[in-house]
Amino acid sequence: MRRRFVVAMLVMLALLAWCVVLPNVSVIVGSFARGLDDWRTFAASPADREALWSTLVISIGSVVAALLIGLPLAFLLGRFDFRGRRVLSAVATLPAALPPLVGVIAFLFLYGESGVITRLVKHALGLEQPPWSLTGLSAIVFVHAYTMYVYVFLFVAAALERYDSTLDEAAAGLGATRGRTLRRITLPLLTPSIAGATLLVFMSSLGSFSAPYIFGGGQRVLATQILVSKLNGSMGLAYVETTVLALAAVAALLALRSLERRRSFALSGKGKATRVAVRSRTARAIAPIVAIVVVTFLVLPHAMVVLMSFARDGAWTTQILPPEYTLDNFRRLATDPELWKPITNSVGMSALATVGNMVVCFIAAYLIVLTRAPGRRLLQLLVVLPWAIPATAIALGLAATFDVNQPIAGRVLLVGTFWILPLAYFVRNVPVVTSAVEGSLRQMDPSLEDAARGLGASWLLAMRRVVLPAARPGLVAGTMLAAIAAVGEFVASVVLYTHANRPISIEILAQLRNLSFGTAAAYSVLLIALVLAITLGARLAEGRVERI
Amino acid sequence: MTLGIEHLTRRFVDAPHPAVDDMSFTVGKAEVLALVGASGSGKTTTLRLIAGYEPPDAGRIVLDDARGASRDITTDSPQRRGFGMVFQHYALFPHMSVAENVAFGLEARGVNKSDRLGRARQALERVGLADAGPRAIQSLSGGEQQRVALARAIVIDPPVLLLDEPLSNLDPARRQETREWLRLKLHELESIAIFVTHDQEDAFAIADRMAVMNEGKLLQIGTADELYRQPTSFHVAQFIGRSTLVGARRDGPRVRITLAGVSQEAPVASVAGNPASEARLTAVVRPEMLAICPPGSPDTWRGRVDSRRYAGSHYVYRVSVEFEPERYHTFELVSEDGGFAERSEVGIKLLPKPIALLFR
Repeated sequence: MRRRFVVAMLVMLALLAWCVVLPNVSVIVGSFARGLDDWRTFAASPADREALWSTLVISIGSVVAALLIGLPLAFLLGRFDFRGRRVLSAVATLPAALPPLVGVIAFLFLYGESGVITRLVKHALGLEQPPWSLTGLSAIVFVHAYTMYVYVFLFVAAALERYDSTLDEAAAGLGATRGRTLRRITLPLLTPSIAGATLLVFMSSLGSFSAPYIFGGGQRVLATQILVSKLNGSMGLAYVETTVLALAAVAALLALRSLERRRSFALSGKGKATRVAVRSRTARAIAPIVAIVVVTFLVLPHAMVVLMSFARDGAWTTQILPPEYTLDNFRRLATDPELWKPITNSVGMSALATVGNMVVCFIAAYLIVLTRAPGRRLLQLLVVLPWAIPATAIALGLAATFDVNQPIAGRVLLVGTFWILPLAYFVRNVPVVTSAVEGSLRQMDPSLEDAARGLGASWLLAMRRVVLPAARPGLVAGTMLAAIAAVGEFVASVVLYTHANRPISIEILAQLRNLSFGTAAAYSVLLIALVLAITLGARLAEGRVERI
Repeated sequence: MTLGIEHLTRRFVDAPHPAVDDMSFTVGKAEVLALVGASGSGKTTTLRLIAGYEPPDAGRIVLDDARGASRDITTDSPQRRGFGMVFQHYALFPHMSVAENVAFGLEARGVNKSDRLGRARQALERVGLADAGPRAIQSLSGGEQQRVALARAIVIDPPVLLLDEPLSNLDPARRQETREWLRLKLHELESIAIFVTHDQEDAFAIADRMAVMNEGKLLQIGTADELYRQPTSFHVAQFIGRSTLVGARRDGPRVRITLAGVSQEAPVASVAGNPASEARLTAVVRPEMLAICPPGSPDTWRGRVDSRRYAGSHYVYRVSVEFEPERYHTFELVSEDGGFAERSEVGIKLLPKPIALLFR
């Protein structure tokens, strides 16, 4: 039985070495293929320096903006009771349900040069020119803030649920002002969650591709530079840029992890979160209004995408809202085989990748948590590695590794085939699925499996009746997140796709380029529907657990 | 210094009765008061109202200082009141050392670092943890955490010290010991101390006076002895100490209890309640008012031993007396004589000790 685990461990390590480590090594090796020449070119290039700089500015700006929105919102919803709280908390996580590219184009339709809100403000103020232009660093940070504050909100709200509010009462009783209590007690105790969320925002911004690509307005960032270099055929430079991006990500990971650990305390868990009714009369009057404004802001992008999906292409010129509505956009998707292809592609490729994730990540988590097979430390490191590396870098690594057929070196020709995208989706989602399953398995009493075996159950029966049910909540949640991420994936796809396997996100981009906004929006609505369907599927899968 | 609670009321939405209902009492300087009652009786809410964590719906809280100047603190924030509070789960700040925890109240008052660490050390000495300053909160035992919480509360010299179930998180052996210790510390402090407990033993051991609460109402306030000997309500009579409530008649300064045709008499200690009908009186019979005798002794009630329990210096008997067909009173009583077997017939004698009476 032990030998079985050793074999499984070797297979896992080999698999991850092949699809996670090898690509990164290829990139680093590739960056030195011409000695230090490509590094010199990078250092000398003003465009790359600008890209590195603006990548960092965007990432830090996004973190600050996400914190500024997410923290107060988490406190407001976690600590206070007011009219509109339920609605607000119901929609507070809505931005996370938008696939990255869809969020970006929704913002384009709303706040872009000819967006609805832009025109509304222009019209209302009687301006000649649009009051703002949605380009450059601030526009990117704006979009990031909208989609990424959710991480901060979710992490901090969860921590506040567990937070023992008598700690704050104790501080107040000892004479501390609200400000001091917040500064000295509450925030320090929330540091691990804040650090975790900050890390997530920083990493996502670092590798963010859609926002800079769509309305960077000539603004260079590393992720887009990599694609530009690749398209220009300067692969060496692309490798250097990728290495730099990955290094920045790893540095951020290490820095924030140490902060997270240093401040990590088991919160007593006896914490009872009590919501205080808002008492000040002005605050009571203002609260619902603020709630309505915020809810509107959060829902608008979704509403806009839906609205645009019914708008007749080409009819919308200078009016505030599209003037003509039609079902043609959807009809075309369903009838034109060229337009239908991306949909089957996305569904098929993400299903493949997700099934792969389920199997591989379950085995990995099982080996890590419930066995003493040697090499668990290494496996644990390998499964989180893709998380520390921006998606563009992962994609370029795969491109660099699987562009030739050298089976001896573990390299097979996948670039230009259907298989490269499912592989990319799989690699990207290894960390989330594994850690979700790990979380569930860690809550299981390890002696349960022994108990089942002691009662005469075969290894397989114990696995099926004891381990799998224990792992299921994490497996369902992790698989759901993986499927959602894969079905709307854009960042790795744009580096690796071919015409034959183009996913929905790439087709949306193509339609936008064509100025077929209606079709792009119809695809977006379809993506949102797919995300909803996946979420519902996960709910059902969990429901089955309850019944057993 | 006196703390006055006047007609304090606090209602929570969707609760059948107010959590605290028209509560009034005063506590004087250096007095230790216990708020006792079953869970849900409103004692913790009362403590939180006094600390300022809950706003009252009605009533006032007044603090008279040593010179007799009176200050209404009803609307003051907890921060302004500056009452030290020891929380049930201690609420120690997990990210701070023991010394930083204790010094926090001084930090909030702008005391400079070396002073506050010095005073924190003194406070830790007073609770017997002089060397614990640099330790992490997580490394402390439950009893130690409780002491740190007390040190943190007393370091700010609070006019009023509040303790929420201070002994509930300790194991029984520690609890005995800590009870003694806490009694000494609280009386050393010379500030007003109010603590909440559901355990009357704690209250007996620590408090000068006890306030018994039920369903948000203050039923009776007094020394343990007063509550035991002269309860003014059925609830207090049953809540404090062991008792059996038996119908009785008053005959001048004496009370007569008749069970199954046998009457016994004792002096009256007190009469309380609503005197609507003199005929319907209830006597609060305590274990030490009864003696167990061989069956058939003259002027005794006939009973049957339900159980006998050995308690070291004495035996505790539970004896049922049938006073009407198929209706029984069960008395608890103690005796040094362990010779009455379970299920045997015995006689119960009422000793001539003062008995408290309650109107029905």
